[in-house]
Amino acid sequence: MTERLYGLGMRDATLGYGRGGPVIEDLSLTIPSRRFTALLGPNGCGKSTILHGLAGLHTPQCGEVVLDGKSIRALGTKALARRVGLLAQTASAPDGLTVGELVRQGRYPHRPVFGAWSGADEDAVESALRRTSMTGYRDRPVDSLSGGQRQRAWIAMTLAQQSDILLLDEPTTYLDLAHQIDVLGLMRRLVDQEGATVVAVLHDLVQAARYADHLVLIRGGRIVAQGAPISVLTPENVKAVFGVDVVILSDPDSAAPICLPRCNGAATSNPQA
Amino acid sequence: MTRPGAASAVLLLLLSCGLLVLTVWAMGVGASEISMSRVAQALWNPSGERADIVVLQVRLPRVLAGVTAGAALAVAGAIMQAMTGNPLAEPGLLGVNAGAAFAVVCALSFLDITGMSHLIWAAFTGAAGAAALVYALGAGPNPVRLVLAGVVVTSFLGAVTMAILMLDVQALDTVRFWTAGSLKGRQLEDVASVLPYLLGSLVLALLFAGQFTAMSLGSTVARGLGQNLALWRGLAALVVVGLAGSAVAMAGPLGFVGLVVPHMVRMRTGAEYRRILPYCLIGGAVLTLASDTLPRALWGRDVPAGITLAFLGAPFFIWLARSHGALRS
Repeated sequence: MTERLYGLGMRDATLGYGRGGPVIEDLSLTIPSRRFTALLGPNGCGKSTILHGLAGLHTPQCGEVVLDGKSIRALGTKALARRVGLLAQTASAPDGLTVGELVRQGRYPHRPVFGAWSGADEDAVESALRRTSMTGYRDRPVDSLSGGQRQRAWIAMTLAQQSDILLLDEPTTYLDLAHQIDVLGLMRRLVDQEGATVVAVLHDLVQAARYADHLVLIRGGRIVAQGAPISVLTPENVKAVFGVDVVILSDPDSAAPICLPRCNGAATSNPQA
Repeated sequence: MTRPGAASAVLLLLLSCGLLVLTVWAMGVGASEISMSRVAQALWNPSGERADIVVLQVRLPRVLAGVTAGAALAVAGAIMQAMTGNPLAEPGLLGVNAGAAFAVVCALSFLDITGMSHLIWAAFTGAAGAAALVYALGAGPNPVRLVLAGVVVTSFLGAVTMAILMLDVQALDTVRFWTAGSLKGRQLEDVASVLPYLLGSLVLALLFAGQFTAMSLGSTVARGLGQNLALWRGLAALVVVGLAGSAVAMAGPLGFVGLVVPHMVRMRTGAEYRRILPYCLIGGAVLTLASDTLPRALWGRDVPAGITLAFLGAPFFIWLARSHGALRS
């Protein structure tokens, strides 16, 4: 029970956007600390809403978002951002903003309103650029980079924030395979070597099973299954969440489950039917 | 990091010197030509001659009004672009200037308020009201929607302002040229009573510059970085109303300065507001002062600065709207 009190989670949270009713209702979720968690589910199932809720962007209509046993509402916006960093989906930098300037924005929660740029700020920016292999691109405008470099620049900004919990909204979407593996490998290293907690919305079940420690399957704003990849990725669960018939194979290297759609198993739009 | 910063500071210094020379020159241009050295003498060591009186009482207020209103509107435009994420945002297009002008005309016509120290509050109220109305009508992901709301509010308020002036001949005489953005006939005491608000807003804008960079990354990213958006958007709106309201009270509803200057500045400085805003300040002053002075210098005719600016700004707006990626979606 003490474990439940630490780290980030939600208690009976209901979240939505003004009109149109709640996207998720009475959801409870505990993010395992110092682990890589992947949120999986079809488009519109509420993954991004959950991530934004965990980052404190939306105040729950009911329930609460909890960090180390306390509601995040007790924390100021900057104090929360020092603990929890968010990589937004399809963020676009203003024309002409350089990589260096973007990454420096990551220091926002560490700086007083009229404070000077400090040595600690400089170190955090340098380290973030180095870890994402973006040091050489410092003076390049973000809008002149390729998709993979651009994503790495945004990740560098989030790393410069030095929060121990990182929330990433579809960090691999629109990247080619090499860059996807690149980003996922970086997340893995942050967890293994620096003790970070990573939560990412992913679409590729094979990659999620290969890189994440903990999977959360979501459909219609509800958690269908959660746990280690090997126990969560079953044909029944995948059918229930995505409406796709799959066979589960085993990766000969890591024994991670590989989800393979069946040729004859035509997708059905309504898995409950 | 230091070398581009130093080069940038040198360029800013050069531009400021250019502005100073332009200012002294502009004070010499008009019905009676006065040499730049004579203008300098009138400013530093006036002896009460006719040239001194012309420089100090006629030309100085006019030039001061142009310089400060231009600086304020360019900075206000840049801030509005950061707040809305909309490259077309500026106080003229989004109805803020029209709101201020409308409120000033109402105060003159219905409330018989004439002193500039009172009219400025009408200008602030009108600017804030119009900004809130345009935002309520046009907020959303589509940048064109906000501009359409601005156009609607601007034309409506402009029509009502015109109607009031048609019915009130006395008010019409007072403000006819002012509503077209003419800097002619400013009194030094009018300028002096608006100046503290305008300069105060400019100082706040420069102090908050770093906040606008974070804001320009969009609301999701800014909040993820821990920016208290409700607070900073409120403060930014306050600064914009202070800048646009006092600029309109001083020089009338000058359009396009807030659009043309920030975009030209960004081509040189990039997207960091700590660099954008100082350049906008100088650039807005230069553009507005040149728009007021050049027609007089070239053709000897007094064209309101607002009209010259519209001639320059309208083609720029079309180019911007056609070339900007965000508007094509």
